[in-house]
Amino acid sequence: MAGPASRRPKLAVWKFASCDGCQLTLLDCEDELPAVAGAVDIAHFTEASSADGPGPYDLSLVEGSITTPDDLRRIQHVRRVSKRLVTIGACATAGGIQALRDFADVREYASVVYARPEYVATLARSTPISAHVPVDFELRGCPIDKRQLLEVIAAFLAGRRPCVPAHSVCVECKARGNVCVLVAHGTPCLGPVTQAGCGALCPAFNRGCYGCFGPMESPNARALNARLRELGMSTPELVRIYRTFNATEEPFRQAAEQAEQSEEADG
Amino acid sequence: MDTAVADSLDPLIAELRSRGFAVVGPTVRDRAIRFAEITGAAELPAGQGDEQDPGHYRVVERDDELMFGFAASPDSAKRYTQPPRQALFRMREGTVEEAEQEAPRVALLGVRACDLAAIAVQDRVFLGRHPDPAYRKRREALFLVAVNCAVPGGTCFCVSMGTGPKATAGFDLALTELTEPHRFLVETGSERGADVLAGIPHRPASAADVAAAEEVSRVAATRMGREVDTENIQESLAAAHDSPRWAEVAGRCLACTNCTMACPTCFCTTVEDATDFTGSLAERTEVWDSCFTLAYSEVGGSPVRGSGPARYRQWLTHKFSTWYDQFGVSGCVGCGRCITWCPTGIDVTEELRCIR
Repeated sequence: MAGPASRRPKLAVWKFASCDGCQLTLLDCEDELPAVAGAVDIAHFTEASSADGPGPYDLSLVEGSITTPDDLRRIQHVRRVSKRLVTIGACATAGGIQALRDFADVREYASVVYARPEYVATLARSTPISAHVPVDFELRGCPIDKRQLLEVIAAFLAGRRPCVPAHSVCVECKARGNVCVLVAHGTPCLGPVTQAGCGALCPAFNRGCYGCFGPMESPNARALNARLRELGMSTPELVRIYRTFNATEEPFRQAAEQAEQSEEADG
Repeated sequence: MDTAVADSLDPLIAELRSRGFAVVGPTVRDRAIRFAEITGAAELPAGQGDEQDPGHYRVVERDDELMFGFAASPDSAKRYTQPPRQALFRMREGTVEEAEQEAPRVALLGVRACDLAAIAVQDRVFLGRHPDPAYRKRREALFLVAVNCAVPGGTCFCVSMGTGPKATAGFDLALTELTEPHRFLVETGSERGADVLAGIPHRPASAADVAAAEEVSRVAATRMGREVDTENIQESLAAAHDSPRWAEVAGRCLACTNCTMACPTCFCTTVEDATDFTGSLAERTEVWDSCFTLAYSEVGGSPVRGSGPARYRQWLTHKFSTWYDQFGVSGCVGCGRCITWCPTGIDVTEELRCIR
């Protein structure tokens, strides 16, 4: 895409252990995609094109978590060839749903699932990109939000800080004009401890927040858990809601552990 | 003040619509009594009430046909006086373009005395020493039809704050819903209001109508769910800076911002700057913010109020104490929304009792 005279920044999109949904968010931009493609040289993006433009890259978007020995080597390469490295999505930012292996024995899983588990080279844990290399910005969500992705790219181009607030989902839920499903319906909702970004999508359809964007800036899960128990949630249910896409993010890990401990204390 | 009686609200709604107002009134949506555009009285929540307690709200069936037999809605007038997002200006190729400020003609039907008091508070904020022309434009585009509260909720305390339950000023029309037979006492509060009243069927109020309406407000005043002792509140809160209660309440506070978002007077905003991909267009937008977010008190890259206790103290102290210093009135109008809509049910009236 880039002509010889082009000074457009080079963009690369990389994949590690992930479902590709966050990368596809870039393709889902549709209306905005021509403007993006006009502003950056999309040099490496195998979901979109097998053409592989050479590095180094001005901006790398990294999807997926580190789960194999090969990932460990490859993320070092990605960091070396990238001026700015931005993780996109819960996998790259928090280890993703596959980090549930951290609470179990992955070798046992492999022995049940695969006929020849010895062919599977996998690590005991699923870790975020930031556990291995310096990361310039982390974009959360499972999947990421299209508007936030565009904002990150636009902010990168302008050399400014992206406007990606770390406050709770409740802020955007109220701005959107949703009724609070927790208060008005008694529906368990993780919105008060979850970072905004999705536009309060689930509460807009009278569902509680599932915590896809991970912990907000100052989560008080202990207080929320007490309330969720009053609404009838059991300890296994509490553990379950925190152990999804961001299970090993420290505040959510602790929230699940607190739920287990408080039951032990009660029992 | 002229008083009249009208049997139906349909002519009023039709009259307002014919004058170019979108009529926004209470109607049941998503299992809550929300304010949304309505086209007729049939959309009002006849026979529906609400149950409000700390962290708890339910729509309940009433055993009468009152159309306004409920307390504060989760929605206040704030959405119309101060929308959650508004573009301020754009810069295109280095030229500044002021954003067109939208001021839709809206008739709010069913605002309560506490809501009118909240609008009066916002008027001091936005039309005081530093008038905001966009606010003025939106404010002037609002037609306010108050409905006097007959059924206060479990979190109401307007009597303590001196703001209700009867609307005394700040409305174009004020209604009191009367029963047996079902009818509305109508008071006019402005020339616009009188003009609208003249356009709909009505008859002069009898002494019995007026007495019945007074009784509605008198009874409502005795049914407050909560109360606050406001004596020396400004001074005593300021003196409670080091109370251990701040840490205790912060243990229950989610810093989710729901109290401030639901509050009809909380006006804090931030600005978001956006740029396009070509670098030729930048836009600044004002958005609702809250003293409970860390970014709100960020100075030089870190928050001044980094701890939960500091943020809770800021909110309560501003609302009930430093607001007087700033604007000469209380920031609280006693609507109870912050209590009802707090997911963990923090009750400001209880906190005030414990802190002082």
